[in-house]
Amino acid sequence: MTDVAAGAAAARGGLPDRDLRSRVAVRVNDDVRQLDLDNRTTLLDALREQVGLTGTKKGCDHGQCGACTVLLDGRRVQSCLVLAVTLDGAEVVTVEDLAPAGDLHPLQSRFLERDAYQCGYCTPGQLCSATGMLAEARRGWPSAVTTDLVADRTALTDAEIRERMSGNLCRCAAYPNIVAAIRDVAAAGGAA
Amino acid sequence: MGTLTRAVGQAHARLDGPDKVRGAARYSVEYPVENVAYAWPVPSTVVKGRITRVDTRAALAEPGVLAVLSYENAPRLTPAGDPELFVLQEPAVAYRGQIVALAVAGSLEAAREAAGLVRLEYDTWPHDTVLTENHPGLYQPSHVNPSLPTDTEIGNFDAGYAAAPVRVDATYRTPAEHNNPMEPHASTVQWQGDRLVVHDANQGPGQVQAGLATLFGLPPERVRVITEHVGGGFGCKTMRCCVVLAALAARHVDRPVRLALTRQQMFGVVGYRTPTIQRIRLGADPTGRLTASCHDAISQSSMLKEFAEQTAVYGRPLYAAPHRRTTHRLARLDVPSPAWMRAPGQCPGSFAVESAMDELAVTCGVDPVELRIRNEPATDPEEGTPYSSRNLVACLREGAHRFGWADRDRTPAVRRAGRCLLGTGVAGSIYPARSLVSSASAYAGPDGAFLVQINAVDIGTGARTALWQIAADELGVPPDRVMIRVGDTGLPEASLAGGSTGTASWGWAVAKVCREIRVQIDDVHGGSVPAGGVHAQVDTTADIQAQQTFSRYAFGAQFAEVRVDVDTGEVRVDRLLGVFAAGRIVNALTARSQLIGGMTMGMSMALLEEGLWDPRSGDWANHDLATYHVAGCADIEQIEAYWLDEDDPHLNPAGVKGIGEIGIVGTAAAITNAVYHATGVRVRDLPVRLDRLLGHRA
Repeated sequence: MTDVAAGAAAARGGLPDRDLRSRVAVRVNDDVRQLDLDNRTTLLDALREQVGLTGTKKGCDHGQCGACTVLLDGRRVQSCLVLAVTLDGAEVVTVEDLAPAGDLHPLQSRFLERDAYQCGYCTPGQLCSATGMLAEARRGWPSAVTTDLVADRTALTDAEIRERMSGNLCRCAAYPNIVAAIRDVAAAGGAA
Repeated sequence: MGTLTRAVGQAHARLDGPDKVRGAARYSVEYPVENVAYAWPVPSTVVKGRITRVDTRAALAEPGVLAVLSYENAPRLTPAGDPELFVLQEPAVAYRGQIVALAVAGSLEAAREAAGLVRLEYDTWPHDTVLTENHPGLYQPSHVNPSLPTDTEIGNFDAGYAAAPVRVDATYRTPAEHNNPMEPHASTVQWQGDRLVVHDANQGPGQVQAGLATLFGLPPERVRVITEHVGGGFGCKTMRCCVVLAALAARHVDRPVRLALTRQQMFGVVGYRTPTIQRIRLGADPTGRLTASCHDAISQSSMLKEFAEQTAVYGRPLYAAPHRRTTHRLARLDVPSPAWMRAPGQCPGSFAVESAMDELAVTCGVDPVELRIRNEPATDPEEGTPYSSRNLVACLREGAHRFGWADRDRTPAVRRAGRCLLGTGVAGSIYPARSLVSSASAYAGPDGAFLVQINAVDIGTGARTALWQIAADELGVPPDRVMIRVGDTGLPEASLAGGSTGTASWGWAVAKVCREIRVQIDDVHGGSVPAGGVHAQVDTTADIQAQQTFSRYAFGAQFAEVRVDVDTGEVRVDRLLGVFAAGRIVNALTARSQLIGGMTMGMSMALLEEGLWDPRSGDWANHDLATYHVAGCADIEQIEAYWLDEDDPHLNPAGVKGIGEIGIVGTAAAITNAVYHATGVRVRDLPVRLDRLLGHRA
């Protein structure tokens, strides 16, 4: 190890030079992707920079804004907080695959009709988050504002939707329209 | 075509909507580029100093790293006016967070790692970063933004105020606020020989083109800036250092480069709304008619440049008073440069003026809606000019009706529901309606299709869709026969997206070129498009110069209902209602979104947003979205925006005043006025925090 490399290793916390790459197989939108990854790569960066799916957005890279929300094994996660190397065998669904090609998911249709976005940057995260959230409510998972904690299925009042969607920031503040769009879909049966 | 439904005024879904909900709309670092490299900025860790040593050895030893740029080795730039764009050229450091180096690597991970391994040594000097009303450096700038008089005086304020039987004298403070669009500043830059091709997130591709051309010594035509989709701006995406850094890196490593600022870096280098200290003095007769008004505003700028927020211009055209004065003073501090944020000047100014008007209403025992109506001027009280249209009173009356304002009990701190005190508040709102020079082209094809092109930019406003509606009506065809292209310096030059000027300015050029096409088809070609098509290009320089003198403003009235928990001090806004008079509304769907978006940002300003400054480290203590709070979904319960049908013939062909900012103006004051009504506590320092309400419970 050169002095400079030793210095670099020291600056990384004393870790010696070693193989920092891994190979994982991740199912992304029904395609199994063989990824050769720098171990530091987040799921978000893997999607955007390696898989070429840029629908998932980077707003803060710290799990604070929700723009990068995707569905991981059916549950909504912030993809900036997931290291891609941990996902061998996992299944990821992004905004690009919420509906078959050329079609729109009911949430996507309602977002258009209700104008539930302005700049559109948080929108993929809102849509994935809403998809995950509708499934959570169907399973009866309570939120901080749920009054009936033992119900089989949580009724999605506006207050429930607002609470459950508060992990997804929208600086344009399309919130009332987002709530309305989700309410429409929930009322129609929740778009399984 | 007589039966054709006009597109303007309809609620059209956005043209870019399907791409946006599918994740197919590409933002600026999302274009496929071969052999792309990634740049990661290194911010200074000192406030005021000079770099004495740049040690890049550890960074360069990181696998995949291509280069580390600093003032020592970065390509040379030619100054382009804004010192914030003159990056990596000098060892001097003007504020903490200023970009002092740039790591470039083949992957994001390596670039980020390398940025953390760059070692910089500095000589440092004591810094001065805190704005106070007694700061020894306060001075009178030669003008305030954008080019307005610093101070004004009509009549004799001192005498008028001294003689007034009723007086209000109060000082209001607003903190630094950060724009925080969801998309960070982001650029992809490619040098193609001596041409520069840039995808960049900005509010004015033409401005970025001109800036890059000057900085890199290129003719503007060799710089192409493409800005198809932008994830919000709110003022902070006028040209910033991000694109310059990416271009420096791309030139240095001879590869295309992507660079997106981190959220944390945005708090340092993209600007913020300056903190303000505003003293308002109002003199009135016992019925609340103003006889004297004075607005003294203090704000800050950086050592790099003068940015003079036009805070006290808010009241100049608003309420009548024979004796009136406004002043601005500025302190230059060792801080990041403040910059534009939604309704610059008017937004913080409205908080002070509309709060003071509420205090005057309380002092006089007059209803605050009625108080504003009593101070309605016939002509602009400072300019003496007529208004092109002025419907503040109509907004107040319509809002009061819709809100259920009548018979409101003015007594503070007496309405209780469970643990909460309830209150309502109102504020006026005003924002300039300006049109800037733009150009546009149009092409009519023999197949009956039309193409309209303009280098406008849609940062989420819905401009693309609104211009398409305007074009369809002017062409007299169904909108589905019209295609519009925006966001590319290859298109006819247009003004930037800011100051609520977009649709007014671009719509003017679009309307004009479409009329020209119509004339050519109908009068020159006998009503049908020839085989070669018809092409036209116009600009609006002469039209705008020929405008008659009017005071042109949009107006609004903001109403708020709040609930304050007496045990926790928490404020919830149960209801926000705004009525606006903003000329013709082009798209009823997107306009409502823009207005409630502005109102929500105003609510966020009232209750949540505060850049907390640490004077010791000389930096923001909060610089991410976990610690700098913006309104979330659960914060908005009931919000309504309405507009009056306003036909103002003195504006522009589309008859629009612009609606990007008016929604935020006055909102915070409506909420703090409601907090006063609920609790009896007058909040003069934003945001309203829990501790400011506790200890005062009824």
